[in-house]
Amino acid sequence: MSVSITVGAYGVAFGAAAVANGFSVLQACLLSLLTFSGASQFAVVGVIGAGGSSISAIATASLLGTRNALYGVIMAPRLRVKGLKRVLAAQITIDESTGVALGQEQRGDEAVQKGFWYTGIGVFVFWNLFTLAGALGAQAMGDVRSFGLDSAVPAAFLGLLWPRLTSRSEKFLAIICAVFAVVMTPILPAGLPIIATAFIAIAIGLRR
Amino acid sequence: MNAFWIATLGTSVVAFALKYSGHSVPERWLSHPKIQRVNALIPIALLSALVSVQSFTDKTTLVVDQRIVGLAVAITALLLKAPFPVVVVSAAVSSAIVYNIF
Repeated sequence: MSVSITVGAYGVAFGAAAVANGFSVLQACLLSLLTFSGASQFAVVGVIGAGGSSISAIATASLLGTRNALYGVIMAPRLRVKGLKRVLAAQITIDESTGVALGQEQRGDEAVQKGFWYTGIGVFVFWNLFTLAGALGAQAMGDVRSFGLDSAVPAAFLGLLWPRLTSRSEKFLAIICAVFAVVMTPILPAGLPIIATAFIAIAIGLRR
Repeated sequence: MNAFWIATLGTSVVAFALKYSGHSVPERWLSHPKIQRVNALIPIALLSALVSVQSFTDKTTLVVDQRIVGLAVAITALLLKAPFPVVVVSAAVSSAIVYNIF
């Protein structure tokens, strides 16, 4: 239940952010239905909103989506599904479904599978309904700045980032990347300062 | 097809391809510790960059406006362990107040 409320809030924030950055209500809803990965969706909207090209938006979103591939690797031997069911399982392989499923590990494979499917499908339904609500809401607002939507978007990114900052080196990386991206904005074409920080992460991750 | 459509559909295709590939490749391909570590760090880098770019830039120029107030409020809310909806709404409300007054 608490997962659903949180997902709903993110969904509203995403729908509103998408429309505030120039996406149509239909495009916002398609992103939630088809991409269905919060951080990637916010990234597309954020990069395009900052004036980036569609290629840099896709690249940034895809780099954020790589973790879903690793979740798939973890979940596949536990779900053991084929064909259409594997397609459905892949689509709902996200932070929440994987997290809940792995939390059930001590209670056996069946509990893991139940946790995965219920959470994935539940989040999918809530996420899409609330995206629509947020997109329609933002469309009705007009000047999004007078409703503070221009601050809701970075706050949403910050909310996604915060729980990931567990060690000092992660906090250090976050500050370096935040500063780097802003400093590079007047120099590099829009979108690139954001993607470039992924290479800082790769360099640090491979070095140790 | 404009940039918004290309971004919407392109992201969706790649996102699904990534998810499906995870379910289909042998586990040992992606279970290397270095890959796991890079995978944990990439979201931190990109999300941090997105926070700062969305807070302090307008197109290609650096600006400080009402959004810095929203960001400060969001950080405060997170430090106080506020749940996500409170973080976003308090940031939006504080930023909106500053924008409408000044």
